Amino acid sequence: MDVGDIDRLLMAARPQAVAALLRNFRDLDTAEEAFQEACLRALKTWPGNGPPRDPAAWLIFVGRNVALDALRRKRREDVLPSEDLLSNLDDAEGEIVQHLDAAHYRDDILRLLFVCCDPVLPSNQQIALALRIVSGLSVKEIARAFLVGEAAMEQRITRAKRKIAESQVPFEAPGAVERAERLAAVATVIYLIFNEGYSASGGTAHVRASLCEEAIRLARLLLRLFPSEPEIMGLTALLLLQHARQAARLDTSGAIVVLEDQDRSLWNAAMIAEGLTLIDKAMRHRRPGVYQVQAAIAALHAQAKRPEDTDWAQIDRLYEALERLQPSPVVTLNRAVAVGKTQGPAAALAMIEPLAAQLSGYFYFHGVKGAFLMQLGRDAEARVAFDQAITRANTAAEASHIRAQIDRLIKDSERGGIATARS
Amino acid sequence: MQYAILCYHSEDVVCSWSKEEDDAVMAKLQVVQEPLVKAGKLGPIARLMPTTAATTLRKATDPPLVIDGPFAETKEQLLGFYIAEAQSLDEVLQIARDLGRANPGGSYEIRPIAYFQSKSGGG
Repeated sequence: MDVGDIDRLLMAARPQAVAALLRNFRDLDTAEEAFQEACLRALKTWPGNGPPRDPAAWLIFVGRNVALDALRRKRREDVLPSEDLLSNLDDAEGEIVQHLDAAHYRDDILRLLFVCCDPVLPSNQQIALALRIVSGLSVKEIARAFLVGEAAMEQRITRAKRKIAESQVPFEAPGAVERAERLAAVATVIYLIFNEGYSASGGTAHVRASLCEEAIRLARLLLRLFPSEPEIMGLTALLLLQHARQAARLDTSGAIVVLEDQDRSLWNAAMIAEGLTLIDKAMRHRRPGVYQVQAAIAALHAQAKRPEDTDWAQIDRLYEALERLQPSPVVTLNRAVAVGKTQGPAAALAMIEPLAAQLSGYFYFHGVKGAFLMQLGRDAEARVAFDQAITRANTAAEASHIRAQIDRLIKDSERGGIATARS
Repeated sequence: MQYAILCYHSEDVVCSWSKEEDDAVMAKLQVVQEPLVKAGKLGPIARLMPTTAATTLRKATDPPLVIDGPFAETKEQLLGFYIAEAQSLDEVLQIARDLGRANPGGSYEIRPIAYFQSKSGGG
């Protein structure tokens, strides 16, 4: 067995093992350190003996013993050990790990994920913590993905941990309502991790793609724990369908290639097929939700062989459904793009004009508005909108996409000018 | 005798292969598979989507129950299968060893086929 495969086994076992250790020791740092130590021992013994049948159970067992030893040593050093620490310790010792049942695991992992998604944390801390604790990414890797220094990221994670230690997530098995709430919070953070990778706000293309892949891995993990939750199927499908386009989204110079201009032969057919399967499964439950609707929209794009084959009328209806489920100006803006295709740019422009106040700081709003105006031949106004978009661009790729639009405007007006001069 | 070679592996591990790693394994497998397929000893070959894409129909009840997910929760998952034609267990084991060298990790369950009908019927 090569070291790469052992690394993958350790990575795969991590959420389950750290989650169980967290339940035992009720402290993130202790759980993490115990897991690290267990991994070191695995790297020593697994290459020779082969991996155990249940790697997670092995790591939990070894990790627990390591942490108990450390606590015992600490107990001897401490003059007055705290009473509840000691009783916790005895509880943990009394348990035998050989047979861990799936239901227990499920709540353990959900708790671990939920701890990282604690609403007391701002979302950038939630994402960083989930990547550090659940995915096991190094601080350096996370810092690179967010384009911040390692020390700053270290600080962000430490602050997040401190806040969590204060907020006390209950360790009893959650009730049905609480479980559903945790599930929704966790789904949001997985979605945010994906978006961080997808939106190209930082890091190299390679680093960002790995964030997307990590989000998909976490979504699949969640779906295995909750196999009949249609929204988790929808989330996983959405991420797969979006990520399927990854190879076609940026050109060789790193500029954004818009959906219409993408080389569809670069789309990942296997990911699309898996996404479509999950939507099929989710629909059977007849419990629509925001992820399912968004996945259905992504599916319609994925199924169109050519841009002109896109079923824009159905996309319009799906955005309408999304507006009902989760009213937001951004959703309306997206719907306007579909309306622009089915009813023309004038109708679409009328739809987004009321959003101007709410979306004035939003790059995409001005870009879309400029495109509608350009289609209507209102070039001067289009130019104003594009200029506003450029000042709000989040990345070089976004800015250069708008600059290309402006170049087109200028070229068209020059051509128009020559035509006029000739006539 | 026909055999099914059922491929079990941790899907966490297989799903975390990068595209490059996946392509490399597939290319190595292709080298082993091609002469066997040509000799009529191997095929059909199938790779399955992750277990999250699975649906189970429990037919002990009437009407049958549709359940999301795979039939059983196991440490290693059924991720694909081959149908092989061999004279003996030794021969099919040799095929499985060759495939395994190209794609290490996990296990192959080798199970003789009692009845096989291809799409066109018969055979």
